[in-house]
Amino acid sequence: MTQHSPMEPTKVDVAVIGAGPAGMAAAVTASKAGLSVALLDEGQSLGGQIYRNIENGTPFRDGILGRDYVAGRTLAQSLRASDVTYLPRTTVWNISTDNMLDLSRDGSSSQLIADKIIVATGAVERPSPMPGWTLAGVTTVGALQILLKASGVVQEDAVLVGSGPLMWLVAAQMISAGTPPKAIVETTPKGRMAQAMPHILQALKGHRYLTKGLSMIRQVRGAGIPIYNAATNVRINGGEVAESVTFISKGKEHTIHSNHIALHQGVVPNQQVTRLLRCDHKWDASQHCFRPVLDGQGKTSVPDVYVAGDGAGIGGAKSAALMGRLVALAIAQEKGKALPERVDRLEAALASDGAVRPFLEAMYAPAPQFVKPAKETIVCRCEEVTAGAIQEAVDLGAPGPNQVKSFLRSGMGPCQGRVCGLVVASIIAERRKASMDETGYYRIRPPLKPIPLSELANFQPLEVAQK
Amino acid sequence: MTQTADLIVIGGGIHGSSTALFAALRGMSVIVIEKDTVARHASGVNAGGVRRLGRHLAEVPLSQHSMEIWYGLQDMLGADCGFQIAPQIKVAENEEELDRHRARVQTLNRMGFYHETILDQPQVRHYLPAVADHVVGGLASLRDGFAQPFWTTTAIARKATQAGVVFKEGERVLSLKRETDWTVTTDQDIYQAPKVLNAAGAWAGALAGSLGEYAPVEAIAPMMIVTARLPKFCDAVVGATGRPLSFKQMPNGTVVIGGGRRGRADTATNTSEMLFPELRNTAATAMDIFPIMRGATIVRSWSGVEGRMPDDIPVIGPSALHDGLYHSFGFSAHGFQMGPGTGETMAGLIETGATQFDLSAFAIDRFAPPNT
Ligand SMILES: Cc1cc2nc3c(=O)[nH]c(=O)nc-3n(C[C@H](O)[C@H](O)[C@H](O)COP(=O)(O)OP(=O)(O)OC[C@H]3O[C@@H](n4cnc5c(N)ncnc54)[C@H](O)[C@@H]3O)c2cc1C
Repeated sequence: MTQHSPMEPTKVDVAVIGAGPAGMAAAVTASKAGLSVALLDEGQSLGGQIYRNIENGTPFRDGILGRDYVAGRTLAQSLRASDVTYLPRTTVWNISTDNMLDLSRDGSSSQLIADKIIVATGAVERPSPMPGWTLAGVTTVGALQILLKASGVVQEDAVLVGSGPLMWLVAAQMISAGTPPKAIVETTPKGRMAQAMPHILQALKGHRYLTKGLSMIRQVRGAGIPIYNAATNVRINGGEVAESVTFISKGKEHTIHSNHIALHQGVVPNQQVTRLLRCDHKWDASQHCFRPVLDGQGKTSVPDVYVAGDGAGIGGAKSAALMGRLVALAIAQEKGKALPERVDRLEAALASDGAVRPFLEAMYAPAPQFVKPAKETIVCRCEEVTAGAIQEAVDLGAPGPNQVKSFLRSGMGPCQGRVCGLVVASIIAERRKASMDETGYYRIRPPLKPIPLSELANFQPLEVAQK
Repeated sequence: MTQTADLIVIGGGIHGSSTALFAALRGMSVIVIEKDTVARHASGVNAGGVRRLGRHLAEVPLSQHSMEIWYGLQDMLGADCGFQIAPQIKVAENEEELDRHRARVQTLNRMGFYHETILDQPQVRHYLPAVADHVVGGLASLRDGFAQPFWTTTAIARKATQAGVVFKEGERVLSLKRETDWTVTTDQDIYQAPKVLNAAGAWAGALAGSLGEYAPVEAIAPMMIVTARLPKFCDAVVGATGRPLSFKQMPNGTVVIGGGRRGRADTATNTSEMLFPELRNTAATAMDIFPIMRGATIVRSWSGVEGRMPDDIPVIGPSALHDGLYHSFGFSAHGFQMGPGTGETMAGLIETGATQFDLSAFAIDRFAPPNT
């Protein structure tokens, strides 16, 4: 009845969602252990965000993107050499409690059933709500980098506004590409270095990251681009299209004209899949985000569901790959397979790779402006709901994001709350004087990504007995 | 410390809240006990259809009464419920279906109800310019409508609070016992009242069962899907006749599609889950009846936990076994419209012991326990 090509399995031991470092590594290791594995990713090619388009690098692009990017190629090659079934352009748009994945590929939907599911869907950029951030021409630093990796295009005249390692990295890459940003407006508040210092000794164990970071910042500072520090009161001006950005730095108001403003406030775990599956999550006060609650081996509170990589908490590419391997080993062990590599070495490597994190987290925690946006600032872009409207809904008795959603439709648009969720939750928590854990997050309902109605009509489900 | 009232209502859905409101307006002291939050379940997440059209004949008088309250509800509550009067239309895709509708209208007319009318082909096109060519006519109730369920149910509860009703949210009723009065034990407190209303939705069967009354409530999860915004093409709420469909374009342009198909509901965990394979035909039906939907994209879906009775009509009325106990549950996926009218009726019944409505079709003892 079902019309799957022989290439596409309908039942696997392990389904890995996301073909970034965590997903590729998990898939390869699980496959080496003798498990049948499908690796699913909505992208055209292997690599996820960080190693996007890794198999099609040109020497020129490799040069711009740097050594850490090129490292992903080895991982992609080992994946190609493995028995993993890799399904590109495949969007997992729903997973039901019987481990059935609803997939969309090239315009048609089908199903895959998996014994174990590894969620390796990585990170998303933290929202940067500010006046004017919904204007045309406003994008994110991450989106600029995607453009660069996917098609080698660099946005001219861009003003980068925000904070965090990725912003400096992208600035450095733009400079190497010969199209430097017009200006950098740094929003890291004053005094952050002092707050981060207690973590410096530990961070020095990961000195490679610190050295790389410092040299990146030095490269950018040396390039002669205007850089404004500790900017506050940031707003974007314009009618329909962004025309300029205004802010205060060193006690003085500045306005920079550009139609291309790229925002960034760091990255946070992408919670959509783990929330859909109703995994328990807990607020991480250091990373300022929700993380799925995991046992030591990447296992969530929901049976058969595991998380590896930035989706578990931000750790970067190297940690993601190590976690991917560890999670695959945990599953292999549970399934009674001989382990293809040693767990203790990976665990030690993971611990040492993460040494720099507490320093970075203290240094680059989001500035207050973006956690508690002003009343008139739009928070939910899809439904144009302001911070003030959310406060009013709380005053009317809405205790959490789901009730606010019922009142205001915030989080009901096409992005399903991916963009606004954390800000909505923090506004509610602040208003109610409640913790983030008490406040909670949106219930995520399928489809995780929009699908055509006609595709649903032609859906080809598996005809297997329900568990 | 034991708290007392004239009436304790179990369940803060639209039925519990509206009965509480009307009882308070009659001067009774009322406590509503809700295990989660008001409107957390079916009453806050339904499709918002305020529909008399096509109801089971036994429900028609009560539904009609409810409709009259709906017309003035926002004024009465002093709140925006998102209520709009709009036609509800069941399209007929062939002559045989249209004949069935004609017969129904005659039956209703004989009962003295005139809200449902036949639309011929030009008329159905007039109300639904985007409808497919093969549609031959329809059955319509032109002054039905739709509302925002969460706004409505919470506004009823707010008004009830102003009228003196006390809502205990996050408190679950564990047991009921009758001595002179009813003693209601929750996971936090003990309450006493001469009268108790079981308005516990999908959870009501277990409560009734604990008192020896058999009520086979099935927990169901009606499924709704929502599309991205489309240009305005439909003002009515539309259903089909020969196949399940409910279809509504919202004021913001999104289209909500549901009808008949069910996901998984779990009363133990309070959760419901979508089963998309079940919706293939629903999607196809929507595209057949409105060709413009061929270009639509689904952006969201939802469902909720609802109580269904085997004969698809609710249990409404006094207990068959116990004095001072009343039931109002099992609205079988169409109880939102019935909320105001049933609440008003139950409040009267509870206070005075009588009602103008014939509730015999809704009696709890209509179900034979499995062992007899
Ligand atoms: C997706 C969906 C779409 C629908 N669409 C429509 C529509 O378009 N039009 C229409 O008319 N109807 C519709 N319905 C049906 C309608 O929503 C319900 O019939 C109606 O809301 C039932 O109201 P209720 O108060 O009986 O139940 P509920 O709203 O379920 O309220 C019962 C409450 O009792 C509480 N409770 C249960 N046990 C206990 C206990 N032991 N202690 C304390 N509290 C307890 C529950 O937590 C719950 O909040 C739809 C339903 C769903 C799920």
